[in-house]
Amino acid sequence: RSRLFLRSSRRRNCTTLALFFFAPQHPPSSLMMKSLVRAVAQARPSPFGPARAGARRTQSAVHQTPEPVDESIRHLNGVHTNFLGAINSALDNAMARDPKVCIFGEDVAFGGVFRATSLLLEKYGKDRCFNTPLAEQGIAGFAIGMAAMGWKPVAEIQFADYIFPAFDQIVNEASKYRFRSGGQFNCGGMVIRSPCGAVGHGGLYHSQSVESYFAHVPGIVTVMPSSPADAKGLLLACIESPDPCVFFEPKALYRVAQEDVNPDYYTLPLGKGRIVTEGSDVTLVGWGGQVHVMAKACERAKQQLGISCELIDLRTIVPWDQDLVEASVRKTGRLIVSHEENVTGGFGAEICSAVAESCFLHLQAPPKRVCGYDTPFPLIHEKYYLPSEPKVFEAIRDAVNY
Amino acid sequence: FFSLLLFMLSHSWLRRWSRFRTCRAFLRALTTESEALHSKVVADVGAKAWNLHFKEGQVFTDDLAFANGVEDGATPLFRILDIEGNVVNPACMPDLSRDQCRKLMEGMVRSNMMDIVLYDAQRQGRVSFHLTQFGEEGVITGTAAALNFTDMVYAQYREAGVLLYRDYPIKDMLAQCMGTVKDKGKARQMPIHYGSPEYHFQTVSSPLATQLPQAAGAGYAFRLEGQDRIVCCFFGEGAASEGDTHAGMNFASTLGCQTLFVCRNNGFAISTPATEQYKGDGIYGRGLGYGMRCLRVDGNDIMACYVAVQKARALILQHKAPVLIEAMTYRGGHHSTSDDSTRYRSKGEMDFWLQNLSPIRRFAKFCERNGYWDKEDSERCRQETRAQIITALEDAEAQPKWPVDSLFDDVYEQMPYHLQKQKAELLEHTKHFGSEYPSLGPSAEQ
Repeated sequence: RSRLFLRSSRRRNCTTLALFFFAPQHPPSSLMMKSLVRAVAQARPSPFGPARAGARRTQSAVHQTPEPVDESIRHLNGVHTNFLGAINSALDNAMARDPKVCIFGEDVAFGGVFRATSLLLEKYGKDRCFNTPLAEQGIAGFAIGMAAMGWKPVAEIQFADYIFPAFDQIVNEASKYRFRSGGQFNCGGMVIRSPCGAVGHGGLYHSQSVESYFAHVPGIVTVMPSSPADAKGLLLACIESPDPCVFFEPKALYRVAQEDVNPDYYTLPLGKGRIVTEGSDVTLVGWGGQVHVMAKACERAKQQLGISCELIDLRTIVPWDQDLVEASVRKTGRLIVSHEENVTGGFGAEICSAVAESCFLHLQAPPKRVCGYDTPFPLIHEKYYLPSEPKVFEAIRDAVNY
Repeated sequence: FFSLLLFMLSHSWLRRWSRFRTCRAFLRALTTESEALHSKVVADVGAKAWNLHFKEGQVFTDDLAFANGVEDGATPLFRILDIEGNVVNPACMPDLSRDQCRKLMEGMVRSNMMDIVLYDAQRQGRVSFHLTQFGEEGVITGTAAALNFTDMVYAQYREAGVLLYRDYPIKDMLAQCMGTVKDKGKARQMPIHYGSPEYHFQTVSSPLATQLPQAAGAGYAFRLEGQDRIVCCFFGEGAASEGDTHAGMNFASTLGCQTLFVCRNNGFAISTPATEQYKGDGIYGRGLGYGMRCLRVDGNDIMACYVAVQKARALILQHKAPVLIEAMTYRGGHHSTSDDSTRYRSKGEMDFWLQNLSPIRRFAKFCERNGYWDKEDSERCRQETRAQIITALEDAEAQPKWPVDSLFDDVYEQMPYHLQKQKAELLEHTKHFGSEYPSLGPSAEQ
């Protein structure tokens, strides 16, 4: 530990977070576990997109022609794994499968401050799993350069809060690389993965969710999974995708979320959401860690008020699964979107306005957003800031009583 | 008094004094030994923890002396030819044949002529924008000549001469500048933002210095692939102030990338003179700080640029490490067609550089003296290039533009549903309101 402190001067807090609060002995929240197990058990196969084990994808991962998919591949021969283990397994599978997959970022060589890249250096050598200098704009630019030469770099930004120095490289360069060259060049091999979201005590710069900044950028795919099996399948899909991807990992789930995960190579379709629980009265849309909060609120609404909620995990923020959400809203007539990010300009606004535009005659209540407030992410007031289970429950109740 | 004297000279006092002296010597010996140990420990820590290698030099200093990158004086410019084209450095003179020298001359003259014609074309409103390379033809053509054709070039925007030297078709350049259907970039970028995989030239983008970390990444890929190729990354001294320049050079150096950084220090970033851009020993001084091999070269001496890049290329492949070349030139033209540089510098200053220190004039003198080139060659080369550009310009003006539905292609590899929907909406809209939009030429209007 002392060695770690020496090595990460600026990120001392991060290392502290990683080692003390995500330590393996930290008990998983039983409530979260229950909701997750239930969510997975009730998940029905999505009618969109293929998920194939070991199959090379010929089509763009972004736009799949609808074809039957059996997402149970996620749990085939399942090994009980937490979120971090699933990420590590995805990286391991990708590196074993393709010698052009490279992993790099700050402190990834010794396994990463969250241990997501454990043992990859030992298995694949220092040329393919290496530390970079501490400069996010350099990490993103370096990944673009490697991808332009046909490599598949998976770059890590240590916390999503620190992705902003790389914003120019992602927004002006990565996302526009194919378009501006008329398709002559591309950097589609690249993936940027980054821990995001609230963690209990992360304050301003270890808590942010930043997906809506990237949702506004044509040319990149933005993904945020909510379960280990999804995380692995979606990360492998991102690495395989011919488009640059930004992959956000809710760090609060790293050791808490656990389920059976297929240890082999498999991908899940990008751009496709997942119905976590089916219902008939209200549609709830969320992603990342918020899915678990919403699942609890849905359960409470069912227990206390007998309201049947349909919960959708969006999984891919852009391009988002508009068909799935609209079909659900047409059935239920009510929509609640919830995310940790602040409400103004958050991606919930996009979903609500799109649904208002396309499902106007089906709506029985105004689409509602339950989000973080328009303040920086606080420290001691985190519980009040977040779109908590009671806040979502209140919104469900109000939507039905509207 | 005598007894006191006797006492002082007595055995015990002498013994005490001698013991005292021994003790001092012992302490001194002890101090020296521990100092040596201390120095060794610090040197070891230096190598392991700080990545600093003191080598033969001292580990500590007793001088409280702050170093200053200005007072120590600037590093001189490497050159081979003087301003009259005489070889002043025969030891470094490359073994270039007559044809190779002619190709260098042609490269510079063609690049210069293209700028003249396109600058005028912009003034006539025939292209929307142009950026000339006046005064910098030496470093651009010289670098292009010393690179292998398959070396990947990451340009800033003032390096079209590299493409010309690689015999990139002039009609393709005009197609890009005019945004016609023949532009392989699909007419999405401003003029002079060229790019071509066949000519190993990454598409230019406007944001400054973003290409530096990318060039580092590409150079890293080349090293892992064991390729006998390098990445050549151009940038101006203004772009060197961007954070990406720091990141790119630091990454290239620490990660061992086959990347050549060529800084065109032409004294100006639009209106900002170098005095307002940096304080130290130019960009060269920074390269040293990143642990790179560095060279400052006379950018108006194409021979020096050629030799420098050739040597740098060999060093990069030999050591698997980047090299920085700072080429000192002078921006002979306005920053772009949107800029009038006489508002911040005198016309006399520009004319002086162009007339007396021009890289074309200097190398022409050398070639003329050796019978490689004469004034008629210059004139013929100028007229030929002019004719080619005018023909290409007229052809491009007759070409249709890219059809409007191509606007939605290449955002992603395949078009996602929301873009398909937006494309359908636009096409439906133009069915009804098409007359209110500009024509895109014959083939585009279906």
